[in-house]
Amino acid sequence: MNLVLALVVGSLFAGGLYMLLRRSIVKLIIGLALLSHAGNLLIFTAAGVTRGRPPLIAEGATVPAPPFADPLPQALILTAIVISFGVLAFALVLVHRTHQSVGSDDLDDMKATDT
Amino acid sequence: MKWLLVLPLLIPLAAAAVSLLAWRWPHWQQRLSSVGAVAMLATGIALLENVRRGGIQAVQIGDWPAPFGITLVADLFSAIMVVIAGLVGTAVTFYSHASVDWRRQSFGYYPLLQILLMGVCGAFLTGDVFNLYVWFEVMLIASFVLMALGGERAQMEGAMKYVTLNLVSSAFFLAAVGILYGVVGTLNMADLAQKVPHIRPQVLVTAVAMLFLVAFGIKAAAFPLFFWLPASYHTPPVAVSAIFAGLLTKVGVYALIRVFTLIFVTDTGYTHTWILVLSGLTMVTGVLGAVAQNEFRRILSFHIISQIGYMIMGLGLYTPLALAASVFYIVHHIIVKTNLFLVSGIANSLRGTYQLKQLGGLYRDHPGLAFLFLVPAFSLAGVPPLSGFFAKLALIQAGLEVGQYFIVATALGVSLLTLFSMIKIWTEAFWKPEPATEKVLLADEPETARQTRPPALTLWVPVVVLAALTVILGLAAEPFLSLALQASQQLMNPAGYIEAVLGSQP
Repeated sequence: MNLVLALVVGSLFAGGLYMLLRRSIVKLIIGLALLSHAGNLLIFTAAGVTRGRPPLIAEGATVPAPPFADPLPQALILTAIVISFGVLAFALVLVHRTHQSVGSDDLDDMKATDT
Repeated sequence: MKWLLVLPLLIPLAAAAVSLLAWRWPHWQQRLSSVGAVAMLATGIALLENVRRGGIQAVQIGDWPAPFGITLVADLFSAIMVVIAGLVGTAVTFYSHASVDWRRQSFGYYPLLQILLMGVCGAFLTGDVFNLYVWFEVMLIASFVLMALGGERAQMEGAMKYVTLNLVSSAFFLAAVGILYGVVGTLNMADLAQKVPHIRPQVLVTAVAMLFLVAFGIKAAAFPLFFWLPASYHTPPVAVSAIFAGLLTKVGVYALIRVFTLIFVTDTGYTHTWILVLSGLTMVTGVLGAVAQNEFRRILSFHIISQIGYMIMGLGLYTPLALAASVFYIVHHIIVKTNLFLVSGIANSLRGTYQLKQLGGLYRDHPGLAFLFLVPAFSLAGVPPLSGFFAKLALIQAGLEVGQYFIVATALGVSLLTLFSMIKIWTEAFWKPEPATEKVLLADEPETARQTRPPALTLWVPVVVLAALTVILGLAAEPFLSLALQASQQLMNPAGYIEAVLGSQP
């Protein structure tokens, strides 16, 4: 399972970076989205995948019996998903406005502010 | 007293919320956010005084004991940074009254500024790595909108690069946080500081440390990750440039100093040597980029990069004196750099351009402005007795103490080049006679340029106050340097920090 997830994370990162390097600003956004998914999945995988052991505390006990699935990474991922959703929504609007004012979706046409 | 730690976050949040309620009355937004910024500065000073007297303060949000809850911590370094954020926030808020055009002011400029300040203070005060990520995002989203607000073409192009590279940096940061949690099993900084030395194999920790170095290096605009900065910082209105230049990259530097003095100190021979090498390269490339530029704000943008090099040089040397010099340098730099951008804004409102070729004669027409430029410019270059001199002196002394002669020579050479490009601005914008040639509107200049008007009083006051602070920091450097030394003692001995957060556990 870990190997499969690691491969998925790796290909998401690779795909995201590849898309970032394309010239189209729409592909740039797709690349950013893939990168944020890769980050989320990486947290999930790195914290250790436990199958079928929800972190429920048995009656009378004060701690769940190990091994149990760690709930914290999932809370982290939830937060990260919300943040990346908001940021990507902004980035989409930005791309749209940029396309309107530059009149092109090619990053090579956006060099006026470069040095 | 615990309230003091939360107030620097609550005040901007409240000011932003109330300003949003007053959406239709931008005049009230102006007043509200001015009050908010001043109140934040006041609580920052109270917090600093409190930390100076009572040691490191920590508060557990929601009363969940650390390391389970979210912790806010203020040591001297954090408190100093909060004060300086409040100071710059206040200066820029007042400056914005007259310098930001009305269209932007009535479209949520002030609430965004307050949210930005909240994100910055949150990043300074948090004691949890994931929470740091969240505050970075708060700060970033506000800065994205401020960067793009107004929708001019140059702004859009700059914002594309700014947004993309900062999101890439966030992705690295998030990945690093995930791996760190996987390796150590906690994200509370104090808890991390306790547990990281016991991790085997240590090479895993070093790898995560390098990921953090890349993530924060992008935010701090360190070599070779700085390209977004000179491509974007000169595009928004000058008040926005000024607060970005003053605060945002320094949050990256703060985060670097925090994690590389508290958490990743097990393999300093490797990590801190890298930081030292990067700092030297950052200084050199930044200043060389600045020398090649001919636009007021672009020169200043490249100088941000080269100054970032000095700040992380102190971290790379990793001695108490070097870190104290870094802290002092950050304070000095934030004041001076914000001030220089504000001066460039006044020059722009007098002449309607930022292009050095078209500026000129400002010394003859406005000797006061010329003086106000010279103070921060000489301070940036490190001319005694201004603040930059003592910051550089301390850094160089620290470098000589540990025998890093190469980096010391680099720092000295770079400050000569800094002086050279400040003199270039001086001769071009202030000293030479005003060019009589027909003015051509360049493609990358904002559409709002070219409207000249006499600068209002609210433009002058922040500039004069910041220039006076530069002089005070230089003339009375001793108390500030000793405060910075105390801050660096706290940074070098994380035991106090850990005890303040986790209580006196064995």
